[in-house]
Amino acid sequence: MNILERYHAMEYGPAPEARNEADAWLAARDFGKALFIGGDWKATSSGKTFETSDPSSGKLLAKVSDAGAADIDAAVSAAAKALPKWSASSGYQRAKVLYAIGRAMQRHQRLFAVLESIDNGKPIRESRDIDVPLAIRHFIHHAGWAQALDRDFPDHKGVGVVGQIIPWNFPLLMLAWKIAPALAAGCTVVLKPAEFTPLTAILFAEICERAGVPKGVVNIVQGGPEAGAAIVNHPGIQKIAFTGSSEVGKIIRKATAGTGKKLSLELGGKSAFIVFEDADLDSAVEGLVDGIWFNQGQVCCAGSRLLVQEGIADAFIAKVKVRMSRLRVGSPLDKNTDIGPLVDLSQLDRVKGLVAEGAKQGAICWQPDAALPSSGYYHLPTLATGVSPANILAQEEVFGPVLAMMTFRNTEEAIELANNTRYGLAASVWSENVNLALHVAPQLKAGVVWVNGTNMFDAACGFGGYRESGFGREGGREGMFEYLAAKLPLGPAIKPAATSAQPVERSESDAIDRTAKLFIGGKQVRPDGNYSLDIATAKGRLAGEVGLGNRKDIRDAVAAARACKGWPEATAYNRSQVLYYLAENLSGRTDEFAARLSELTGAAAKVAREEVEQSIERLFLYAGLADKFEGRVHQPPTRAVTLALHEPVGVVGIVAPDNAPLLGLISLVAPALAMGNTVVAVPSEKFPLLATDLYQVIEYSDVPAGAINIVTGRSAELAGVLAKHDDVDGLWIFADAETCAKAEADSVGNLKRVWTGNGRSLDWASADAAGDALLRRAVEVKNVWVPYGD
Amino acid sequence: MSSTIREVGLGASKVTPLPARAAANTPVPPDHAIARNPGMRLDLGFMESVRSVNRSALERRVASLTKRRSIKADNQAAWLLRAVACMDLTTLNSNDTEERVRRLCAKAINPFRRDIVEGLGIAGETIRPAAVCVYHPFVATAVEALRGTGIHVAAVSTAFPHGLAPLSTRLQEIEASVRDGADEIDVVIPRGLVFGAKWQELYNEIVSMRAACGEAHLKVILGTGDLATLRNVMLASMVAMMAGADFIKTSTGKESVNATLPVGLAMLRAIRAYFEETGYLIGFKPAGGISTAKASLDWLVLMKEELGRPWLEPELFRFGASSLLTDIERQLEHHLTGHYSANHRHAMA
Repeated sequence: MNILERYHAMEYGPAPEARNEADAWLAARDFGKALFIGGDWKATSSGKTFETSDPSSGKLLAKVSDAGAADIDAAVSAAAKALPKWSASSGYQRAKVLYAIGRAMQRHQRLFAVLESIDNGKPIRESRDIDVPLAIRHFIHHAGWAQALDRDFPDHKGVGVVGQIIPWNFPLLMLAWKIAPALAAGCTVVLKPAEFTPLTAILFAEICERAGVPKGVVNIVQGGPEAGAAIVNHPGIQKIAFTGSSEVGKIIRKATAGTGKKLSLELGGKSAFIVFEDADLDSAVEGLVDGIWFNQGQVCCAGSRLLVQEGIADAFIAKVKVRMSRLRVGSPLDKNTDIGPLVDLSQLDRVKGLVAEGAKQGAICWQPDAALPSSGYYHLPTLATGVSPANILAQEEVFGPVLAMMTFRNTEEAIELANNTRYGLAASVWSENVNLALHVAPQLKAGVVWVNGTNMFDAACGFGGYRESGFGREGGREGMFEYLAAKLPLGPAIKPAATSAQPVERSESDAIDRTAKLFIGGKQVRPDGNYSLDIATAKGRLAGEVGLGNRKDIRDAVAAARACKGWPEATAYNRSQVLYYLAENLSGRTDEFAARLSELTGAAAKVAREEVEQSIERLFLYAGLADKFEGRVHQPPTRAVTLALHEPVGVVGIVAPDNAPLLGLISLVAPALAMGNTVVAVPSEKFPLLATDLYQVIEYSDVPAGAINIVTGRSAELAGVLAKHDDVDGLWIFADAETCAKAEADSVGNLKRVWTGNGRSLDWASADAAGDALLRRAVEVKNVWVPYGD
Repeated sequence: MSSTIREVGLGASKVTPLPARAAANTPVPPDHAIARNPGMRLDLGFMESVRSVNRSALERRVASLTKRRSIKADNQAAWLLRAVACMDLTTLNSNDTEERVRRLCAKAINPFRRDIVEGLGIAGETIRPAAVCVYHPFVATAVEALRGTGIHVAAVSTAFPHGLAPLSTRLQEIEASVRDGADEIDVVIPRGLVFGAKWQELYNEIVSMRAACGEAHLKVILGTGDLATLRNVMLASMVAMMAGADFIKTSTGKESVNATLPVGLAMLRAIRAYFEETGYLIGFKPAGGISTAKASLDWLVLMKEELGRPWLEPELFRFGASSLLTDIERQLEHHLTGHYSANHRHAMA
């Protein structure tokens, strides 16, 4: 075409990004020695390699070292060796290293961007303008956290050696999200990139060499599932951070159960994109482009479920289709490409299969009439309408450029549809009415909510999911906690409960017979099984009988806790007053509870009285903190505020300890209640009468029905039922090691947040067993992004 | 499972297909003429339906848009020529003289050095600014200078740039310019009517301006830099189109904030909404501060992405510009020679 013809055609034409520097880099490397361990480049001990290819052509890019268990072992050793010096280095020292990494990356950002696009297939516009700058921002932001550690996280220290496993969709950015906070916290890392996309991590390791990162602080091992499993199972690793599929996340949860490894999981999603009738529709359409057609839809928080208010649905869909027809599908290295290839043929096949299945189930799948490049793993942007909530396209994470659309009638239904998913990663809310948007955002079960925007990320703002989208946050203050361990006053190991009941001595008494019941939904109820347990005094006499709760009692208690709306929706001030009142009423019965403690545990009167008084004090503490353990406002480098809200986890199961049977129970229940959770408590198996005495206090303290439920019985058995209950959101267990480990393993059904002492007891009387460390477990941090400007 | 949307898009049945036409001075064949906007009644309900304009989202859109599209090599040269063809070459200074206007007209007639025309291989077609834009006293001079070229003469009018003279005075000014031969009239709205939400009064004024224009095309300048919000820009755009504007235009060039891409995006979305409602195609003219070749490409991309190819013709798109032409000439020379050029190597206006 000559210039005149182009003048008439007014097409964009190709705008190729040069790749010669990247090709030179590729040609100069020995990818057979791609393991960066202890500051050296190593081949695998087995000599195995795997291939990485260019998804736009299928052409081989490199044969890369494929690490096995022995190589992981070497990497963990190197990390462990580097740990003492690194963790002891000053915050300033670590800040300088993080800063140097950020700046060095900045000096090579185009090479990072081109390599990323070649290896992953993402459009150069995205790697250049989004992935790489954000990765750099993470390092520079976290340099500040390194230096602010003592100031902002007193009584915390780095967890130690960290194993990190990242996905292929944002190879460099996920690396940054993992490594930056770990280094800031004084941890050393062993990181495994995804097999599809090893290249930018190798370049990053070179940057580490140049930026003066001490040897062994950052170890990057390339490999596949074997290497991943070796990291997850390695005893020398204190924390696992994983981003990837929910399926693998669950495997990791199970594998690490009982090991005491700290765990953060950032998993899949099926995020809702809600368009209300008063939204700026044209802008919402652009939001979708950034939501589901960003990175070919291979984004865990992609806005893949479009929910549109009925009155504007037709007009909106018409706009979406016009916009879709302007998306340019093509070479990732063309600056005019909006949608590149999927990362691999297997992914393309998977997406095609899901679309076909969705169509079979009644979805109408529409694609713009665009030509696809002749080679490469391309998939056209796809809009599925006529999608019912049961359709596979509304249920499953597609991880491709496929949008499933549904309509809703009113706000309530929008929220209901949005929350009708096992996932809970993100959501977008589009409305020009700030009242509506801020009414809806807190009701969405999602870790990130964007108001009139989508896929906005920043190093200062936490990112992470609710429900089966995982747990833990990345970014910001909340993200730092994932690499820090709080000081906890751990005590001796808890012994498993005796399997056979000790005989108790029954003696004559003139007192009127008392029946201790379960306390469910605000009522005293008999146990479903109608069996009872003898409870002995310290001297081996019968103190009373309690109901032997079973799985159905737990079921009923969880249902009651879930049904209780009055507590989570109450104002924090209101909850505060109820907890104060509870303390007040308990204090009126101090003598009685002290006597009961002495009777059951054999504690001296003074010691027993002290435990009751401390329990009252602790209720007071959490009553006071109910309206003070607040979220934050983050200020990302764009015109937006990000509200990091503290929301209750939901229904929390609590298996209370035998040591300090009253104080332990209250130390766990009170922070959960203070933050608006509803509780199913399994009291100490040996001394449950304190809890059954307590429900009388609860009954006249204005606690809404269902906010606290008490099920007595065998702790280990009931812990297991709670762990397997998929409507329990959190589970805190202080019991023997086996019970704790089993509960962690059994929690995979819904990936509930489990906190255990790993079989150790806690000194409940210590001030360190109270306060923020517990409150933090009682909340989910939801980051609500509110861009503004008029 | 696939369906088709053509580039003309936007509910293609309503669109009169546009020819791939060359320059402004080639008359549009009658069968390809764009139907002139007859206007419509002031529909406040329609305005209500478009008042949601989220500034932050629009800013993000234009920020990514200019990075999503890149125009290189021969295509870039072609697009820069397109910018020239869609240009209202403008002089609006208080020290303008007839001689200055004649010089400007001469530049419009002959915008490029001969070696550039030959080097680009565009001698077979006349590519030059669509119009020359001047104050009323120079209309006759410009008409005389441009006679026979097909280059339009646009007059800024209605007490430009503030629009605060009595309505009768403003209407007389339009009539006088039309009498002198201007075939395009760029009017300004009194911005206070927007702040006061006096939509009926604004509508009435523009209707009478359109009547005063007769056959001359009406470009309505909103003075967006004064309007404070993009919502006001959207609403004022709708009133102008309902009242019969042929073009809506951002700025006079005299406000403290000139044409910006977010403002342009809001106006393009107004044009799209009006088109979807009525089927009429309204033109768009960003003006003020657009002085670099790179900036002109950003605007062209915005037009193509938001409205499509039809809006890359001078019938529907104009730049109001003065120094832009020289920067484009420098870029075209660079395209041919690989050397960065200097202003003095190109004839001044």
